[in-house]
Amino acid sequence: MPLTKEELLAIEAKAHEHRRTIIETTLCAGSGHIGGALSMIDVTTLLYSRFMRIDPDNADWEDRDRFILSKGHAGIGFVAILADIGYVDRKDLETFNLTGSNLGIHLDASKVPGVDASTGSLGHGLSIALGTALAAKQLGKEYRTFCLLGDGECQEGSVWEAAMAIAHFNPPNLVTLVDRNHAQIDGMTEDVMPLEPFADKWRAFGFHTVTVDGHDFEAMNDAIREALDRKDVPTCIILDTCKGKGIGFCEGNYRWHYGGITQEMGEEAMRDLDAYYERRVAAIEQRGEE
Amino acid sequence: MGISFTSINQTKLSTGEVYCETLCELAEENPRIVALTADLGQSSKIGEFMKKFPDRFYQFGIAEQNMYGVAAGMAKAGLIPFTSSFAIFTSCRALDQVHTDICYQRANVKMISSHAGTSFGQAGTTHHSTEDIAIMRSMANLVVIVPADGMETANVVRAAVEYEGPVYIRINRGFDQLVYKELDYGYEIGKAVQLAEGTDVTIIACGSGVFQAVQASAELDAVGIKARVLNMHTIKPIDKDAILKACRDTRRIITVEDHNVIGGLGGAVAEVLAESGMSCAFRRLGLQDCFSPIGYHEDLMAIHGIDTNGIVKSVHDLLQLDFEDDDDWDDEV
Repeated sequence: MPLTKEELLAIEAKAHEHRRTIIETTLCAGSGHIGGALSMIDVTTLLYSRFMRIDPDNADWEDRDRFILSKGHAGIGFVAILADIGYVDRKDLETFNLTGSNLGIHLDASKVPGVDASTGSLGHGLSIALGTALAAKQLGKEYRTFCLLGDGECQEGSVWEAAMAIAHFNPPNLVTLVDRNHAQIDGMTEDVMPLEPFADKWRAFGFHTVTVDGHDFEAMNDAIREALDRKDVPTCIILDTCKGKGIGFCEGNYRWHYGGITQEMGEEAMRDLDAYYERRVAAIEQRGEE
Repeated sequence: MGISFTSINQTKLSTGEVYCETLCELAEENPRIVALTADLGQSSKIGEFMKKFPDRFYQFGIAEQNMYGVAAGMAKAGLIPFTSSFAIFTSCRALDQVHTDICYQRANVKMISSHAGTSFGQAGTTHHSTEDIAIMRSMANLVVIVPADGMETANVVRAAVEYEGPVYIRINRGFDQLVYKELDYGYEIGKAVQLAEGTDVTIIACGSGVFQAVQASAELDAVGIKARVLNMHTIKPIDKDAILKACRDTRRIITVEDHNVIGGLGGAVAEVLAESGMSCAFRRLGLQDCFSPIGYHEDLMAIHGIDTNGIVKSVHDLLQLDFEDDDDWDDEV
């Protein structure tokens, strides 16, 4: 179903809450993968608000939908969602990255409820996602698997091994999403090792490929719904995003792949996030009046 | 689970085929078993599984990294994947996936890794696997097993299904010399099997070295030297008790493996001995930190001194060493 205005506003509010949690967690940790967490938080919020069939009381429910965060370094964003569901104690977010914590930069599936795969080494998640999707078919289960990759990650050859195999097996209920935020540690993707023509590459590998604004909940909602309905070929949704989305000093700057922030910067970030959220709400309200 | 496998099969089937037959029998009873390969279904002899269970057989093409990642995902969702590839590709080509997706996540994947050691001798170093025991042994959560022959491979495959967790099973290309005539010798993961009694020296071997060790023990017996033989099929967790007992009883230990002497069976035994505080005369037979020339497996085993003659010679060398012969270990610990 398309999103109603109320649903849209609710998701905006949730994403805003998660963005603030990312900054709060980063302040406790001292540093974090802010850029990539802020580029992926919208799609992940949408997935957990609208699509993921999970049991908040039982993270290991065997028929749950799976979410494989192949860009594992965005764990600081994912953990905000896990805390919201209740899989992670919100208080524990204050220990993120600290010695002895269960919450490290790259989330450990054996320690953090709700994490379906221990990722971090890039180029692994899509294969694992294919495995869970093939297992669903083999075991006669209906659960869906969503895999979110980073764009820089797609420089890894193993991603294309997995892509080839997904097109070949075409398991039902597997959706591939790529956070195309155009930046990686050493620079912009097109400067470091060009990915373009990126969508054509996925098409050549046999995917129905669509590119949508990765900060537009309605567009993403439609694309994911269409991907779940489409059975003849697998779908890849390229999410055109902005690294560090919502914070002025981070937006579009590859240097914010990973970084530390001071209390002062944190306050500035929060002001930016609040203003960003207000602009988005205003735009929705304004559109409603037209 | 019962396996109807007999020694008659073993004389007709290569070790890889024995693995496949066993897996087919187990798969009849256990619907969670699936088989995966990366274009080595023919080479690793799992064609029969493909015929019997086409819906449970997955071909990934020449893409090992993807196969091991998929296997991890399948295992986390409740299947028991058996992957078939060459040992060199499991331990080197796809090691990041084996390390992170399978071992770190303790995924219930059984990695059948064939053409181990120099058993695909003519193919050269690109297809030899003489570092894999050292590499795989250092992976936390992983059980590492090197069966001595086809019969033991059948037992290992059964035990691997019953064991919950990742297992690396290292087998050879082609036929292995027969060590066992029957399945029922009490196979247990982590428990060495004594194949010959002896008090002068202990030969601890794995894989193709076991048959050679048994032969060597028989030859030595003919000249009055009593050599104990231990089949140390499980490299991890290793049977410390059997090693320390051998040290106490025989004061001389030789390890035999178709592998670099660094970090493999010999390394594992050395660690146990060193940490025990007891000492004994000790030799590691295997590739002496080199890559192997090409050749037939039996020739290469002779070149590397891990055939019967090589073992016998090493035992004689070791017996020349003057080693104190008291029973009081307390002063040495």
